[in-house]
Amino acid sequence: MGSLANAFFALLRRDLLLAFRHRGELANPLIFFLMIVTLYPLGVSPDVNLLRQIAPGVIWIAALLAALFSLENLFRTDFDDGSLEQLLLSPQPLPVLAMAKVLAHWLVSGLPMVLLAPLLGLLLAMPAPAITVLVGTLAVGTPLLSLIGAVGVALTVGLRRGGLLLTLLILPLYIPVLIFATSAVSAAAAGLPVAGQLYLLAALLALGATLAPFAIAAALRISLS
Amino acid sequence: MWTFLHKFASPKHFYRIAGKLIPWLGALTVLLMVAGLYLGLFVAPPDYQQGQSYRIMFIHVPSAWMSLFVYVFMAVASAIHLIWNIKLADVMASSSAVLGASFTFLALATGSLWGKPMWGAWWVWDARLTSELILLFLYLGYIALVAAIDDQRAAGRAGGVLILVGVVNIPIIHYSVEWWNTLHQGPTVTKFDKPSIHLSMLMPLLLMAAAFQCFFFTLVLMRARTEVLERERRSAWVDELLKDAG
Repeated sequence: MGSLANAFFALLRRDLLLAFRHRGELANPLIFFLMIVTLYPLGVSPDVNLLRQIAPGVIWIAALLAALFSLENLFRTDFDDGSLEQLLLSPQPLPVLAMAKVLAHWLVSGLPMVLLAPLLGLLLAMPAPAITVLVGTLAVGTPLLSLIGAVGVALTVGLRRGGLLLTLLILPLYIPVLIFATSAVSAAAAGLPVAGQLYLLAALLALGATLAPFAIAAALRISLS
Repeated sequence: MWTFLHKFASPKHFYRIAGKLIPWLGALTVLLMVAGLYLGLFVAPPDYQQGQSYRIMFIHVPSAWMSLFVYVFMAVASAIHLIWNIKLADVMASSSAVLGASFTFLALATGSLWGKPMWGAWWVWDARLTSELILLFLYLGYIALVAAIDDQRAAGRAGGVLILVGVVNIPIIHYSVEWWNTLHQGPTVTKFDKPSIHLSMLMPLLLMAAAFQCFFFTLVLMRARTEVLERERRSAWVDELLKDAG
């Protein structure tokens, strides 16, 4: 175990610990996720056939928004109390530390959404194979959402009202994830093969996991300069 | 060559050289545009399927090309700014953003004007239309981010990072959207061996494309000049300039 791995796990542990000290806030993105999905039958139609058809898009759009809103606080508290500056001053490479923060964020906000998804699938009358694929796409897709989103958060962390701006910056970049994921779920519902879309999502995740940490690090350095 | 580049990159000399270039570029723009519009609107024959309405393509296609070109131009400028810390590159990138967004908007607007008689709808959720719309969102995001950051240096650098992230994403967005839905007619010019467009239509199109290029560079130099003046307002050479102007 080098000191780099030590730093990575120490930061991961600290962020997880901080998250569990504020248990109330942990549930907020999940409730948001659930509520957005609930609005669709009310706003569109409770017709089961229609719901089944729009379910992949509904759940994924709710996941995008929930990810976006939960991301807002990724660097906020650290920025306010100055520990983000300490991270920047640390001798460890910043991209690795950024990775630890993003991973911690995904574990407390992305992973619960993956686990909640089957319930939402049932609410929207999705067939069982489609629910399996939905969970799969969320498992591959939500880390990607955290990675891409973190770049935007890092760019806007120094701003007083970054929230809406963050949405403007990040949502266009989420579009490929949305397209591949919903297309996989729809294909699964229609009984078609889904491997292609899942591979593409995984490829995007590999690309994001290799490039995004550097962009996050560069953005953090700019925001705190 | 290098000394020229360094000279050009200093705000003072840029201001002078750009001032000399602008009239020439502007004249070239007018020349090319008049020739392109004349050939396109009067000389080129009507299309055997689309009649006269295809002529909007002489505006639409160059705007669409420019919308992508400007983004790549901004990405290159931002990379130069972030890597070598050349301030002029940031001036170029930030001056281009509004122009790029305008070209994107123009491409969307002319496309929808053309789409109404051809497809029977102002807007369809076709792949290329959609990715053009997303490109517009990327431009607007950049403009909003740069406007939101008070410190000019930080704004330029943050915008640069955003543009570079965007340029990695553009091909991904483009192909994902393409895969998602396609109705738009395929490209007719990029097939270089045998373009499926007749020469009498290709000539005005290329002339218009060249005109749009010159138009962009004229405008970007004009915008960059004012931007340089504003950023360097406390420097000695701007003072001298003001004294000379009286």
